Amino acid sequence: MGDTIASLLIGEIGIIQDFCLDAIPLNLLEMGCLPGKEVRLLQIAPLKDPLYIKVNGSHLAIRIETAKQINITKLR
Amino acid sequence: MQSNSLLNIALVGNPNTGKTSLFNQLTGLNQKVGNYPGITVDKKQGKCKVSEHLTAEITDLPGTYSINPTTLDETIVLETLLDENNSSFPDLVIVVAEVENLKRNLFLFSQIKDLQFPSILVINMSDQMIRKGITIDIEALKRELKSEIILISARKNLGIDALKREIENYENWNTEPIANISEKIDSEFFETIKTTFPEFSLYKSWLLITQQKNCGFLSSELHQKITAFNPDSEKIKKYQHKETIYRYQIINEILKKTYSVDKNEASDIRSKLDRILTHKIYGYIIFFGVLMLIFQSIFEWASLPMDLIDSLFANLSELAKTNFPQGVFTNLIAEGVIPGIGGVVIFIPQIAILFLFIATLEETGYMSRVVFLMDKIMRKFGMSGKSIIPLISGTACAIPAIMASRNISDWKERLITILVVPFTTCSARLPVYAILIALIIPDKRVFGIFNLQGLTLMGLYLLGFAAAISSAILLHNVLKIKTKSLFIIEMPNYKLPSFKNVFYEVVEKTKAFIFGAGKIILALSVVLWFLASNGPEKFKNAAEFVTAQESANDLPDESLNKKIASYKLEHSYIGIMGKVIEPVIKPMGYDWKIGIALISSFAAREVFIGALATIYNVESEGEDVATIKERMAAEVDPVTGEKRFNFATGMSLLLFYAFAMQCIGTLAIVKRETKSWKWPILQLTGMGALAYIVAVITFNILS
Ligand SMILES: Nc1nc2c(ncn2[C@@H]2O[C@H](COP(=O)(O)OP(=O)(O)OP(=O)(O)O)[C@@H](O)[C@H]2O)c(=O)[nH]1
Ligand SMILES: [Mg+2]
Repeated sequence: MGDTIASLLIGEIGIIQDFCLDAIPLNLLEMGCLPGKEVRLLQIAPLKDPLYIKVNGSHLAIRIETAKQINITKLR
Repeated sequence: MQSNSLLNIALVGNPNTGKTSLFNQLTGLNQKVGNYPGITVDKKQGKCKVSEHLTAEITDLPGTYSINPTTLDETIVLETLLDENNSSFPDLVIVVAEVENLKRNLFLFSQIKDLQFPSILVINMSDQMIRKGITIDIEALKRELKSEIILISARKNLGIDALKREIENYENWNTEPIANISEKIDSEFFETIKTTFPEFSLYKSWLLITQQKNCGFLSSELHQKITAFNPDSEKIKKYQHKETIYRYQIINEILKKTYSVDKNEASDIRSKLDRILTHKIYGYIIFFGVLMLIFQSIFEWASLPMDLIDSLFANLSELAKTNFPQGVFTNLIAEGVIPGIGGVVIFIPQIAILFLFIATLEETGYMSRVVFLMDKIMRKFGMSGKSIIPLISGTACAIPAIMASRNISDWKERLITILVVPFTTCSARLPVYAILIALIIPDKRVFGIFNLQGLTLMGLYLLGFAAAISSAILLHNVLKIKTKSLFIIEMPNYKLPSFKNVFYEVVEKTKAFIFGAGKIILALSVVLWFLASNGPEKFKNAAEFVTAQESANDLPDESLNKKIASYKLEHSYIGIMGKVIEPVIKPMGYDWKIGIALISSFAAREVFIGALATIYNVESEGEDVATIKERMAAEVDPVTGEKRFNFATGMSLLLFYAFAMQCIGTLAIVKRETKSWKWPILQLTGMGALAYIVAVITFNILS
């Protein structure tokens, strides 16, 4: 289906599937953004970017380019 | 244990876990603390008496999520931990974690353990556990991690003594690694690393290989050896990825058995506040409202104490004159030193109020929300949302603000931030603005609530931001630097500001302002006083000359004395110098006295008022002593008879100060942070030219 973090709506939760290693900084993985982890979209900034997410217990803001690189499956 | 040994202890941990708070508790110092990831951006050291026989040198480090750095401040951590020859290379490491984000904190802890430092895990903010419904089985965690663990609250000063007692025993701590990276990833590959670098622990060798470009301290020999080892970068990336996943696996297993959160206990103020503060409309309104409140209060609350201080110093001068024996020394005190000091002290109320607001905001956790709100907008200007922190703290002082840009990972975004920060209205401009606004803008209310002077001040702040933004856009289009668009920021939980932290921040910053600027202003006042009260031939014969010249007019004594005094000042050394520069500054609408004050303030802006105070005081010798403000208001242009600080000149000066780069300290810091003279020179000339042109245009339009 090609869902990414960027396609979540506010309040929705997804499970991280995989991502392209080149596009994602190691730093983000080290902060807990790993395959298999739950990610919830908390808030979108006024101009649609960045996104405020909660992943693996961490509250982070990431830019939309990064969010688009992280594939997820939405949880119903 | 041997006596008098000095133990090197490093404080390592994720951003915002309370490392600096613990550092302050241990050392008794007052380093800056705040609820924003990235407050500490440099190494700070202090001594701590651990026991009767053991004194430790504690090093507070910037926060980092991992030993693999992505920003300059994080690189400092890597260097401190890997370079055995640096003076703060630790004998033991305190890893500061925090109850809420323990999982992520343990990731870093596992890396430190693998470097095989004697290390202890300190879990901070224990005071928050009940409110958040967190329980930790410390004994079980100790067993699982094979490490010492202490639960503390740095804010409430709990557990600090237990920590000290444990440190005494550091030689017995277990230094086994936690993660067996070699076996889990590629044992053959890691075996070759082991045999190639037998002198280091495996994990250290791995870090040296992966972080070679961040290890500026390596000997050229070692550099070559690492380069020769030459694993391909794809492989490194893949293995780093595997390593990360593996570490989290271990940690998850451990925490499952030892850590639990009761969601029902946890209160959810965070998401409620977030919904309002980062809302697409309210968010901006609140942000603007906060700024407005700050500028209004700087004027409203500070004006009364400022007037008191102003007249107090005027009276002191008077007192010195009447009570000390007449002579050069008394003049120096009454006309040079006292007005000079007065020129610093008068601004304490405003500076203190400004810092009160900034420190409070930083402690609440609001700053990260502003970063979030502003990132997209700031990127249009070539900066990052994180640039908003330097731009806001630049209202206090550009020097720490430029340092604060260290946690911006993209070089272009960081460089542009550094270059434009000096446009924000720093506290050194505040004195100049305050006096000039009071002179040329009526103290009226508009729309019932807004003070017109406060609004003007706000306008100047906005002008500073506008100048910063415009030049950022310019630089964004001119500078050809590749960007990676890396941006990750943690959004910390909201906190009630700690009164103590805010108080110390205000005191420390105000003290720094008084003593930093005070020294320059005092020295300069004395020099100016000397240059203004001495002169060559014409200066010495002033009395006879003026009396002779005016003999036909039969002036009353008072006017005659006044004429003599001005004549003297004009022919003093400083008057002679002033006349030389007058042609250059005349187009902006200034006379030579303002010119002298302007040039004096190229070292530091806040010198301006003190310098004027000194010059005017020398001139008004013998008259009643007036406050700085009165004296400036009374100054007239001898040719036109108009007030010297009229609207045109006042505005021209305000705008000159808004744009000009008059701060040696900032230039030095820019040189250090950009490692090149090119950028500070660009700032000095670019901003100077802009200031001059704008001032000339303003004066000519308004007069
Ligand atoms: N409730 C509570 N808050 C604390 C405690 N210790 C520190 N804080 C707060 O946590 C925030 C971060 O504290 P700092 O000491 O600046 O943290 P740091 O680790 O030095 O942060 P960086 O320098 O940005 O990496 C501040 O707002 C402190 O007031 C504690 O024990 N309890
Ligand atoms: Mg700190």
